[in-house]
Amino acid sequence: MTDITPSGHSSDHGNQPERLGYSPVADIPHKPRVTDIDPKAAKRAERQVASMFLLSIIFVILFVVAFVGIDKSTAIYIPVLGVVGALQVALGFTMGVAILLIGAGAIQWAKKLMPDVEVVQQRHDMNSEPEAAAEAAANYQRGKEESGFVRYPIIRRTLIAALALFPIPLIVLLRDLWITPPGESPEEELSRTAWHEGLRIVADGNFQPIRPEDIPVGGLVSALPIDIMEIQEEEHNLNARGKAAIILVRMDPDQIRSQQGDNWDYQGILAYSKICTHVGCPIALYEQRTHHLLCPCHQSTFDLADSGDVIFGPAARRMPQLPIGVDEEGFLVARSDFTEPVGPSFWERS
Amino acid sequence: MSTSSPVETAGAATATYVDKRLGSNRFLGRNLGKVFPDHWSFMLGEIVLYSFIVVLLTGTYLTLFYKPSMVEVLYDGSYVPLKGVMMSEAYESTLNISFDVRGGLLIRQMHHWAALIFVAAMVVHAFRVFFTGAYRKPREFNWLIGVALLTMALAAGFTGYSLPDDLLSGTGLQIIRGILQSIPVVGTWAAFLVFGGEFPGTDIISRLYAAHILLVPGLILALITVHLMMVWTQKHTQFPGPGRTNDNVVGYPLLPVYMAKAGGFFFIVFGVIALISGLVTINPIWIFGPYTPDQVSAGTQPDWYIGWLDGALRLMPNWETVVAGFTISWNIFIPSVVIPGILFTGLALYPFLEAWATGDKREHNLLDRPRNAPVRTGIGVMAITFYGILWIGGGNDLIATAFDLSINSLSWFLRITLIVAPPIAFIVTKRICLGLQRRDRDKLLHGYESGRVLRLPHGEFIEVHEPINYKELAVITSKTDYSPLPAPEKTDADGVKNKKYLIQKIQHKISHFYYADDVKKPTAAEIEAAQHHAAHDAMLEAPLHEYEDADQISTFHGGVLHHPGMPETNAEQVAQQENRSTT
Ligand code: HEM
Ligand code: FES
Repeated sequence: MTDITPSGHSSDHGNQPERLGYSPVADIPHKPRVTDIDPKAAKRAERQVASMFLLSIIFVILFVVAFVGIDKSTAIYIPVLGVVGALQVALGFTMGVAILLIGAGAIQWAKKLMPDVEVVQQRHDMNSEPEAAAEAAANYQRGKEESGFVRYPIIRRTLIAALALFPIPLIVLLRDLWITPPGESPEEELSRTAWHEGLRIVADGNFQPIRPEDIPVGGLVSALPIDIMEIQEEEHNLNARGKAAIILVRMDPDQIRSQQGDNWDYQGILAYSKICTHVGCPIALYEQRTHHLLCPCHQSTFDLADSGDVIFGPAARRMPQLPIGVDEEGFLVARSDFTEPVGPSFWERS
Repeated sequence: MSTSSPVETAGAATATYVDKRLGSNRFLGRNLGKVFPDHWSFMLGEIVLYSFIVVLLTGTYLTLFYKPSMVEVLYDGSYVPLKGVMMSEAYESTLNISFDVRGGLLIRQMHHWAALIFVAAMVVHAFRVFFTGAYRKPREFNWLIGVALLTMALAAGFTGYSLPDDLLSGTGLQIIRGILQSIPVVGTWAAFLVFGGEFPGTDIISRLYAAHILLVPGLILALITVHLMMVWTQKHTQFPGPGRTNDNVVGYPLLPVYMAKAGGFFFIVFGVIALISGLVTINPIWIFGPYTPDQVSAGTQPDWYIGWLDGALRLMPNWETVVAGFTISWNIFIPSVVIPGILFTGLALYPFLEAWATGDKREHNLLDRPRNAPVRTGIGVMAITFYGILWIGGGNDLIATAFDLSINSLSWFLRITLIVAPPIAFIVTKRICLGLQRRDRDKLLHGYESGRVLRLPHGEFIEVHEPINYKELAVITSKTDYSPLPAPEKTDADGVKNKKYLIQKIQHKISHFYYADDVKKPTAAEIEAAQHHAAHDAMLEAPLHEYEDADQISTFHGGVLHHPGMPETNAEQVAQQENRSTT
């Protein structure tokens, strides 16, 4: 510790350590603190610090009491916070204060009772001493010669090649992160949904089939294929739902300017995918006056009266339309699957 | 030491015991007195470290109760509104932590709050490092580690945010799926591999879990260790001030002051996080409901540090091209892969670019005041502006609703602002910095305007200039004057063609851009001349004793005016270093 010197004036009071050898920058004025001069103040600071630690202990006890004593379903009203769980607030408060007080005590201790004189240490350039550098170089040279790394070019090159290739198994092993069903490709899976000809459309929520007259002009219904729950049971996932979700909107047939296929509507009822073609958020914000569908994620806007075309926002593709009709009992059904992939674009689609 | 307490004896005995086995006293002897400079902004890095420790502790607790599984179960816990609803086990276990495990909600909220503070403090810490030039030689490696840590922190945040499998986080994952799919050539496969098939599949939660509790924190921990070891060996930088030079460290010794302050501060950070988490709800997943891919709630917002990426996605025009039957989604790929890629690469390379462009090869242990590096400060403010506009873009729907604007025109406004505002921010910042430099120069020459007005015997009024105090003097004189690199020659004296002409020309241009406007510090002669001018002032009022000997000012206060033997240029310092290592 020879290179430590105080940078301020030394003072004779007991708190400041005696250090020898002043640096040339030592003449910076330094004001002693009250606790340095007045023993009573120092005593007060000592008591302050100790009481903080003591209070911390008390709060830990209060924490345990709250944990045991407060029922977890008790709710209380606290101004500003509103109605909150009593246990949650009590635990957070007691634990927070208990920990905080340890910190406050330690810092108070450092500020009031430990020396507040800054000291100076010298820095050294980061580079090594010449001897060390020479030794490193010599060792490297020795290693190079003893191993014959230069002398045996064939060993060297094959080693480099082997090292370059050895991660390959580790990467290949990642291939089965997706255990591909036989004959499948991502492209095929993304291009197909659960819809097919004659499949009934049911309302999301109650899963009841829908008659055209159930949907008023201007109305919007979120819907799914009738067999969606069976598919989910069978596949144990929500994948089918994520692609097959649709919305049904009804407008005055005169207001439909264009559709993705001839007469894909049924008496002004249009079915569109619910999954945004941008990056896939489900959409159900519909403005019936303008027939605009607005995505809540990045505000892409689609005109449902005009083939579902994009009229604003970052989505590049129109919303795919599902051709619909009614079956002999008068319930809405799909007339086929979607004719283009639903959801976000991908490389293999054209 | 005449008497020693039992504690001291036991301590000494333990130290000896360990030392006999590890030689630890060698290290302790050297380092217990290690000096750490003090400044409030140096506590930012500490906040990062301490909130990370809180994240680790609370996260470990959460793993005891959380189940990373996407199996659908029927909820039957004590949160009434969701009773009888089908949901993934991940979501169910998160509800259980929140409502059935006593103190579980507190720990969950502490984990989330600590994570937010972790990232926020990290970003502000990086600002501190950037704007003070702390990343310069010899600390470039630590800057790189910092950038890696920032990336890892975002990864940790995102993977963790997704684990409860609630409606909000699931929507976030859906967006990630869309982003992966937008990567040309390999994107579709990448998405299928990550999700184990189609979205959402049943694998993603357990995969994210592995990343979130093992891979990412492991890397962060390793990187933090190296980060701090480097701070330790390189010694912390310091702000200019009396007695502080490029070759010393002025501050408090590790034992006891720094240890008490830093240790105490850990408890403060920990305690504050616990208090906030007890009182302020964060991420109430029970309100969002379980995830299903066909539901979404309006006005959804990601955690703050992802907001800018969301904003970039929103502001991007809807470009997509189909080439030879293949689709490239520029509208997704550019904002979510290309732009962040460029920003992070630029961030990582900045110290090297700056050092190359300005030809600066000195070691820097004394921090720059931001005004003394106008171009750097300008670039920083420019980047912050760019980020800020993207971030605002991430909330454009909320803003449009709150102020009754059309989303359409707001988006166009932000698109244009995103391109126009950053350069303006740069120019304005640079001007302000140069203005401050000029004011510093005036203060050195004439002192500060005291506000006291005197009437001279012949009736003239003057304002008395007082000498600035020793602290300010030391701070102001710490400025290093830089000059642009000289223009390169096409051929040297012997007519040999300069092969590096073009690259040197670029370097010259950039260094000109950096330093041509720099306001130079006054020389000792100028100060002296100014003092003569001020002499009649001085005779009337305050004696300018501080300026009596300009040469002494700089040595005495640790400034770099004319410190004898101190290198004034890069070339000089490099030469000195080489001398030192060859002799
Ligand atoms: C897990 C994240 C991080 C932790 C725990 C951390 C912690 C710390 C601590 C405790 C210090 C010393 C005190 C201080 O200067 O504030 C420090 C210094 C430093 N940090 Fe970080 N930091 C983190 C992230 C970053 C980032 C994101 C950057 C920049 C991109 C960065 C760059 C630096 C540099 C260059 C230094 C040396 C500064 C000097 O000596 O003045 N760190 N870090
Ligand atoms: S997901 Fe619909 S706009 Fe982005």
